Amino acid sequence: MDEMKDIVLKYVIAEYLEDDTQEITYDTPLISGGIVDSFSMVSLKRFLENKYKISIPDDKATPEAFDSVNKIVTLVREFVK
Amino acid sequence: MGYSDKVRGIYQDQITALRDAGLLKQERFIHSAQAADIEVEFPTGSSLKKVINMCANNYLGLSSHPDVVKAAHEGLDSRGYGMSSVRFICGTQDIHHELERRVTEFLGTEDTILFPSCMDANAGVFEAILTQDDVMISDRLVHASIVDGIRLCSAVHDTFKHSNMEHLEEKLQLHADKRFKVIITDGVFSMDGDTAKLDQMVALGEKYDAMVFVDESHASGFIGKTGRGTHEKCGVMGKIDIITTTFGKALGGASGGCVSGRRELVEMCRQKARPYLFSNTIAPVVVSGVLKVLEILSASTARRDKLEANTAYWRKGLTEAGFLLKEGDTPIVPVMLFNAKLSQDVSRDLYQEGVYAIGFFFPVVPQGQARIRTQISAGHEVHHLDKALAAFTKVGKKYNILGKTKQEIIDMYGM
Repeated sequence: MDEMKDIVLKYVIAEYLEDDTQEITYDTPLISGGIVDSFSMVSLKRFLENKYKISIPDDKATPEAFDSVNKIVTLVREFVK
Repeated sequence: MGYSDKVRGIYQDQITALRDAGLLKQERFIHSAQAADIEVEFPTGSSLKKVINMCANNYLGLSSHPDVVKAAHEGLDSRGYGMSSVRFICGTQDIHHELERRVTEFLGTEDTILFPSCMDANAGVFEAILTQDDVMISDRLVHASIVDGIRLCSAVHDTFKHSNMEHLEEKLQLHADKRFKVIITDGVFSMDGDTAKLDQMVALGEKYDAMVFVDESHASGFIGKTGRGTHEKCGVMGKIDIITTTFGKALGGASGGCVSGRRELVEMCRQKARPYLFSNTIAPVVVSGVLKVLEILSASTARRDKLEANTAYWRKGLTEAGFLLKEGDTPIVPVMLFNAKLSQDVSRDLYQEGVYAIGFFFPVVPQGQARIRTQISAGHEVHHLDKALAAFTKVGKKYNILGKTKQEIIDMYGM
């Protein structure tokens, strides 16, 4: 679980942060906090699907479900066998 | 009554909140033709003030050029005022077709279709040519009208970090399974004035079988040796699959836009693009003016050459005065102030000194990146630029920002 959290956090930092002085935690609001725009969620969804060999249905991949590293990990664990 | 006091109150509260946050947009009434020297009524009701316009998209100074105005008059006399029809019913004149042919020639593409505006071209093009089997990969700083067009299209959408070609390549690999891939960028970015790396994008497009789309609204007419645009500057004319551009900036500044590019893509827009199908096209008077603009620009590069010289003079002057600028060589020259209130104060003081230049701040630009965006024109003479430089220097001294670093300005005024 913690390993997954770190992988997701690392991806979010590399993918979305322009300024490396900005700090985010597992609970930082990503979409509602303006760090990830809803358009850019697609790459995160694809990353998770490729990394964990899962398929997340579009109706589950909501801005709310992707709003923090902790929420993302909870969502991914629903689909990981 | 549907529009009850309660409903009215909710909207009034929203407007009040915008005003309180200093985000309410207010128009300034110009009582003269668009040019380097204009007469402005601001605030509303005040007496007219003569100012130098440093914030128009009138890059080539053609908005009120006598030959363009004369051609527009002639078009009005010979082809009338309105069409009262969309293109495919009875709204297409010979001059619309002629303009499409001339734009194709000017941009070095295969075909062109006119739209009521470039906003409409961007809103309509993606939905007309892509489906849910495709992917659109856009630079994170593309213009709002492209974002709207993307929203209207069922294709998957992803983004890459601004001008970051490694990140773009990662995205092309990530979406390798899609039927069509389209790389989407502005040619010149309107807020920063930097230029897209179109040569690298075309190379990536060839490597990964992706089409390249570029919005040339802030480039057509003056970027590149003969003003054809960013694709000319980057040496990739003929290799851009879709270009959108406007006639509302350098190319006469009235209105209208187009999609220009691969023949089949243009034809798909003619069959399916909704702003083309369900709205009148450009009025004959404007078409006639744009035809004259293209004739002027095809005959001589004098105006874009003057713009280039003016831009170099302006950048050098501001830099020597001690202002911090965004790097670049386009006529969009942002003077960085970082703090939103400072940008508004400097803009207001410049106006008092006879210089019209607007301060931009979040959400138009990123948080902590407030600026005065100046835009140079071939309509400016050296005396305009000298007077504007003197005003900038005076105001810069007042706020003690000349020769200061970004950090020093932020320490004084905050982000």
